[in-house]
Amino acid sequence: MSFPWAKEYKPSHPFMQWMDEKLPIPRLVYNAVGGGYEVPRNLNYFWNFGFLAGLCLILQIVTGVVMAMHYAANTAVAFDTVEMTMRDVNWGWLMRYAHANGASAFFVVIYIHIFRGFFYGSYKAPREMVWLLGVVIFLLMMATAFMGYVLPWGQMSFWGAKVITGLFSAIPLVGEPLQQWLLGGFAPDNAALNRFFSLHFLLPFVILGVVILHIWALHIPGSSNPTGVEVKSESDTVPFYPYYVAKDGWAIGVFAILFCAMVFFFPNYLGHPDNYIPANPMSTPAHIVPEWYFWPFYAILRAFTQDFLFIPAKLMGVMAMFGAILVWFFLPWLDKSPVRSGAYRPLYRKFFFFGLLPAMAVLFYCGGAPAQEPFVMLSQLAGLYYFAHFLIIIPIVSAIEKPDPLPFSITEAVLGADEEAKLAPSPSATVA
Amino acid sequence: MAEADGVRRRDFINIAAVSAAGVAGVGIVVPLVSQMSASADVLAASSTEIDISSIQPGQAIKAIFRKQPVFVRNLTPHEIEEANKVDVSSLRDPQTLEQRTKEGKTNWLITMGVCTHLGCVPLGAGEGEPRGEFGGYFCPCHGSTYDTAARIRKGPAPKNLEVPVYEFTKDTVVKIG
Repeated sequence: MSFPWAKEYKPSHPFMQWMDEKLPIPRLVYNAVGGGYEVPRNLNYFWNFGFLAGLCLILQIVTGVVMAMHYAANTAVAFDTVEMTMRDVNWGWLMRYAHANGASAFFVVIYIHIFRGFFYGSYKAPREMVWLLGVVIFLLMMATAFMGYVLPWGQMSFWGAKVITGLFSAIPLVGEPLQQWLLGGFAPDNAALNRFFSLHFLLPFVILGVVILHIWALHIPGSSNPTGVEVKSESDTVPFYPYYVAKDGWAIGVFAILFCAMVFFFPNYLGHPDNYIPANPMSTPAHIVPEWYFWPFYAILRAFTQDFLFIPAKLMGVMAMFGAILVWFFLPWLDKSPVRSGAYRPLYRKFFFFGLLPAMAVLFYCGGAPAQEPFVMLSQLAGLYYFAHFLIIIPIVSAIEKPDPLPFSITEAVLGADEEAKLAPSPSATVA
Repeated sequence: MAEADGVRRRDFINIAAVSAAGVAGVGIVVPLVSQMSASADVLAASSTEIDISSIQPGQAIKAIFRKQPVFVRNLTPHEIEEANKVDVSSLRDPQTLEQRTKEGKTNWLITMGVCTHLGCVPLGAGEGEPRGEFGGYFCPCHGSTYDTAARIRKGPAPKNLEVPVYEFTKDTVVKIG
């Protein structure tokens, strides 16, 4: 699981030696995030976001378990128990604001983490499985976040639940029975609220499980790095502890400052005032929008306004919305370029910065805007580019592009010269 | 069983054991899946009586049926005329006003107040709410526009507003469900 020069775990205390024989958890931790895990020496700050994502997950689980101690999943009292948590429970306001903004923080971190992967080709062999598991985590996060937003049973909670489960009714034949099965009724009600609570509690632990698989899969080839050149020798790496533990600690500090600024000074900035109105099944709010982290995909959903051949517009929108994420599963095979990092891919880099990022920005903006022109047309254009980027542009670019020359090794990229390169210029020095 | 038949005792036990495990697996999954469907109490509460005597022509009310809104509208002669003027074959979900109302009571348009796109409550039943360019209902969520017979005319919704099962128990009372 690691490079031959990685230090072995050698417990000195008799108790730790005894433990290592019976249940070698300290060894596992040492090899996973301790001195035994050798990491490329040239990671930039974008590599801090995986660690921060793990931190967000723990933050959400801790604040969430606390919130659940004061919450009742019943339509008659759910809204009131959340308000009571805010007003009467000791520090309840802090727990709720930390949990609600924690969800947003988690998505900020995860979007940066994903786009880091896009730019540096982290999805490419030998790390395809890391990427696939990451997409699974993202899908689970979206389901968890959606169900969590329903729990306060405000107007946005109710109508969000209705609209999102309404997506399933677009599926031919089984759609409506499926929607009723998901909700346990004809519209969101007690049955739906209870099951959403149950699943909202369960899924974070499923995410935790998949995160462990994600890290496990990562540790087999080892971490990628900004050059995309694989590790060749000992001079290319430093041990995770203390080097990256210290760097991640610094990242925690920056994250905590920004997060606390949100929680203490703008706790409702990312929320919707309508969700402080109790759910009313008789009246839809004038402007329904999901939480900001769903906006790009919501924009794609709404971009379809015309039936296409025999497929109704509604079904097209739903398929495109799910397809926008599912296409990520195929990315390791759509991008055939042997060069991983965008830093050495001039053409890919242009499409990333002047195509994908602006298209995402437009989709983000339009997803939160009302369903009117010009936002519908902008969503259509940006959505079209989004799919073209993954399905057409990336395969073509990876076939025709002439990449810049790669450094011999990470050490050469960092120091300008690698002693090993002079001694053994053949790539056979590579160690798996 | 003799070996000469090509079927050994061990094969039989294997197939029987795997089959039994399969049946048991289905037996466990069925209740786990079906418990999520609408429960008996949800299915039971499904008819509503509405007094319509106070609804003047041009007015509409919102009632509740299966915890969802129902629109009961008393159409004006002008609205009926507007609905009948439309070329039915040009509609996304072709239906005439007659097909959507009861015989002799064409002015009573009773539909679910649930947009067929993603389930929002369209505007237009309440006093002063916008009714869209076709004079029926307008859904603010994604801009679906319905005409005076509550048929879809514009926007993403695939179908007309659903007409629930109902009957006139008296001239002034409707029973829905």
